Amino acid sequence: MKADLSKLLQRKKKQILESWIQHQLVDETLREDLMSNEELREQSEELVNALLKSLSDKVFADADAPELEPVYEILAGISISRARQGFSPKETGLYVFSLKNALQEVLDEEAKDDPQFLYDSIKRINKLMDNLGVLTFETYIKGREEVILRQTDEITEISTPVIRVWDGILALPIIGTLDSARTQVVMENLLQEIVNTGSTIAILDISGVPAVDSLVAQHLIKTVSATRLMGAECIISGIRPEIAQTVVHLGIDLSNIVTKASLASALKYAFGLMKLDVKRIQKDIKS
Amino acid sequence: MKIVLNKDAMLIVKEQDVVPFRNRVKEYAVKIGMSLVNQTKLITAASELVRNMLKYGGGGQTLIEVITQGRDSGIRLTFIDKGPGIKNIADAMKDGFSTGKSLGLGLPGTKRLVNEFDIKSVVGEGTTVTILKWKHG
Repeated sequence: MKADLSKLLQRKKKQILESWIQHQLVDETLREDLMSNEELREQSEELVNALLKSLSDKVFADADAPELEPVYEILAGISISRARQGFSPKETGLYVFSLKNALQEVLDEEAKDDPQFLYDSIKRINKLMDNLGVLTFETYIKGREEVILRQTDEITEISTPVIRVWDGILALPIIGTLDSARTQVVMENLLQEIVNTGSTIAILDISGVPAVDSLVAQHLIKTVSATRLMGAECIISGIRPEIAQTVVHLGIDLSNIVTKASLASALKYAFGLMKLDVKRIQKDIKS
Repeated sequence: MKIVLNKDAMLIVKEQDVVPFRNRVKEYAVKIGMSLVNQTKLITAASELVRNMLKYGGGGQTLIEVITQGRDSGIRLTFIDKGPGIKNIADAMKDGFSTGKSLGLGLPGTKRLVNEFDIKSVVGEGTTVTILKWKHG
């Protein structure tokens, strides 16, 4: 009589779970610092429950069977949360693959006398578990990517400060490459700050921009035009000698924009526009 | 005779690849001792072409080569995309011509920044641009 693999496994649920958890507890990749044993047991139990419940001949034959969806969901949740908690890819992968060992152990015991059945079953379990393993990996990487994306957003946010250097003068140091998304943030911050402070002069400092190509130049020109529409004058400072040469060769026309080599000279020019004068105080030396 | 000393390929598929590519080019330029001005010119040209490739060709393959010829050495960059191609190269090489909404300085500007510039394009098949910048060019 040919035994039913799914039924057999379902009957042996408790044993599988115990064996799996035992496997995990003795494994050197166990991270008690990141996750308590109770939590681990809870997570494993949920997964085993869902997996065994969904098992049927159909599921073994077709990895995309709708019955497997709840399993995929639980697994995806586990690997994403593990990615965020700082588990390494190896640890996350081994977590799933150790379940395979547990399943095989149970089978070894149950089907000792029927090598043909054992061989078939192990083949099917392998296929299913490999699928689950790959899925874990995919979601793990997705989880990590999310972390990276969030960091990118944070960097964009913190790297566009608008500084009020003087009453009526704003400075905006730009560090890194100016792409479309970045320009949008820069422009929004700058224009809003012009309204908030009632400034009439804005200095865009590009000392920290490694290369000015035509796209960056176009973004700069747009920012300057927008500032002018707001009734403020915009000065671009921090143009290094090699950048100046490159811009000329590229044929970008920045002649109707006020540009200065350093932030200091831009500030001086701004003072001039505001009719301010910076003077050294002459101390009266009384003899 | 130009001899290729070193070859490096890089795949460009998204905007985030532009900066790493530029850094890679810079690394090679520094390694052969290119002056700062020429480095900046080369990097700007590379940045220009890579952006073009992303915008019009949907990304593609780049090749960075260190070249020597006699006593001179330089960097050769090749940009290969499988985009729609350029219909009229003469137009595309004119200052201020753009089918997008850009300044239209990318191709002609790049040509002015480098020592050798070659563009081949077949409509429907893709575009290949090769530029070369000598160390003291």
